[in-house]
Amino acid sequence: MLKELRIAGFGGQGVILAAHILGRAVSIHEGGYATMTQNYGPEARGGAASAALVVSDQPVLYPYAVSLDVLVAMSSEAYTRFVPEVREGGMLLVEEDLVPLDQKAQHLRVYGIPATRLAEELGKKMVLNVIMVGFFCAITGIVVRDAAMKSVKDAVPARFLDLNLKAFERGYEYGVELLAKGPAKGEQQMAVPQEAEV
Amino acid sequence: MKADQRCVMTGTHFINGDAACCEGALSAGARFAAGYPITPSTEIVERFAARAPQVGGLFIQMEDELASSIAIQGMVWGGQKSFTVTSGPGYSLMMEHIGLAAISETPCVFVDVQRGGPSTGLPTLPAQGDMMQARFGSHGDYVTIAICPNSPQECYDLTVKCFNLAEKFRVPVMFMMDECVGHMTEKVVIPPAEEIDLYPRRHASKPPGEFQLFEAGEELVPEMAHAGEGYKLYVTGLTHDKRGYPALNPAAQRELVGRLFEKIRRAQDELTMVEAEGLEDADVVVVSYGITSRVAQKAIQAARDKGLKVGKLRLICVWPFPEKLIRELAGKVKALVMPELNMGQVVLELERCAGGQCKVIGVPHPGGTVHKPVEILEAIERGAR
Repeated sequence: MLKELRIAGFGGQGVILAAHILGRAVSIHEGGYATMTQNYGPEARGGAASAALVVSDQPVLYPYAVSLDVLVAMSSEAYTRFVPEVREGGMLLVEEDLVPLDQKAQHLRVYGIPATRLAEELGKKMVLNVIMVGFFCAITGIVVRDAAMKSVKDAVPARFLDLNLKAFERGYEYGVELLAKGPAKGEQQMAVPQEAEV
Repeated sequence: MKADQRCVMTGTHFINGDAACCEGALSAGARFAAGYPITPSTEIVERFAARAPQVGGLFIQMEDELASSIAIQGMVWGGQKSFTVTSGPGYSLMMEHIGLAAISETPCVFVDVQRGGPSTGLPTLPAQGDMMQARFGSHGDYVTIAICPNSPQECYDLTVKCFNLAEKFRVPVMFMMDECVGHMTEKVVIPPAEEIDLYPRRHASKPPGEFQLFEAGEELVPEMAHAGEGYKLYVTGLTHDKRGYPALNPAAQRELVGRLFEKIRRAQDELTMVEAEGLEDADVVVVSYGITSRVAQKAIQAARDKGLKVGKLRLICVWPFPEKLIRELAGKVKALVMPELNMGQVVLELERCAGGQCKVIGVPHPGGTVHKPVEILEAIERGAR
């Protein structure tokens, strides 16, 4: 089992930390293997921020993600830039208020969440990345919930722990509810133009 | 000698290669780093600057790489373990002082997180283009040791090893990372201090007056005295005699430079550090180092799936080159394949040691990313024909 993932958004959304939490969960709390790489460059400030993860039950040899099983896009720019890297039939998880979809999402399984709004409801916009991590775990099942929660505990300062665990739960629940509506709902809800693949 | 627990971050971490290298240096007992931060090595000194005060260490951000590479040597003669960290452009500037470390037998570690070049090249992308520079970069004749990690875990483990080798042989040791390994985040296990063996400094066993600063000791390596201990220290880049005094004549040159080479030549077996697998019945052996060895492993698996007999030889220590091993291997196989992230550097040495006994196929790559496994696979298939 080898999965290639990318989490992308704009600087300040915490996408690197989100990838870090997932990678740590897999390699330390699940006993699997995870290799995280980041895109470095002048565009990293203010513009696109992105981190890729290769996770596997075997040691990871090739370090880069080249054919994504899952793209988590948290900005429109991130979506446009990275959606061509998603493999046919791969998954696309989006911050649905920030990412307008187009034809490029047609053959993907798309799941949306208003992560920023949910974060604001919890009282702090900055936890949207952890909401996304919870959502990711629920939808993809690639990272086990308990391992991810342990990893959240490792990664955030103690005074923000409760808030972050709540954020994780919120994202996770949202994902579970979305899945309960049936696998096709994601696409319909996100109104991907043309026929979406189930 | 064991590591000092106060400096060892024992535990399981999810950190990048740069961070792991810094922790390795701290575990190895480095208490001083001087550097001029440069991508993609910056995170090493950034972390060291934060960690050093916790362990009684010091980081100085110097005015440039020339200053960095000499400041660390001053600190070594002051009694501490030291290192500097850079990437291509800065490594070029350090060359003169690498020669000084070689002739003055100053044990220290130079970390080069290689990026695409020449010149400023590709600051944020990987290459392995400094390998020949690590061997021959400084003027004059000298030998060094160069070690290549292929994971953050090895960035930790092998940094400790680099410091140990520096102390044991009293040479500047080159830790040849690359951007990919430096910026890649993976699980890194840092053991308890009591499991980390450190090679202690070869300190003067004779009292001042009887002690000669550059007298060949065990394994041809002189013992060392530090400033402020009452010994007479004369440390110079000029050719010197046993006392360390300049001796500008052919006999002194022969004795000194001869010994600098001989102390490493004698240790060839110990310095043959490789990871080998499937060599016994291999038709083709892929010889690689650093990050490229992981991509090569993927190609090796694909070739085996096609029924080819392929072995793996990963060089952990590239300099000195494992000459004996390659000579033997070249007599048994059809081909040696060497992928590297440069246009063909270490492959020249591979060719030399193979001595025409088998095909040697380089898989050059200008850097900026790693090879596609298929590029290496094609070379394996050519070798097997």
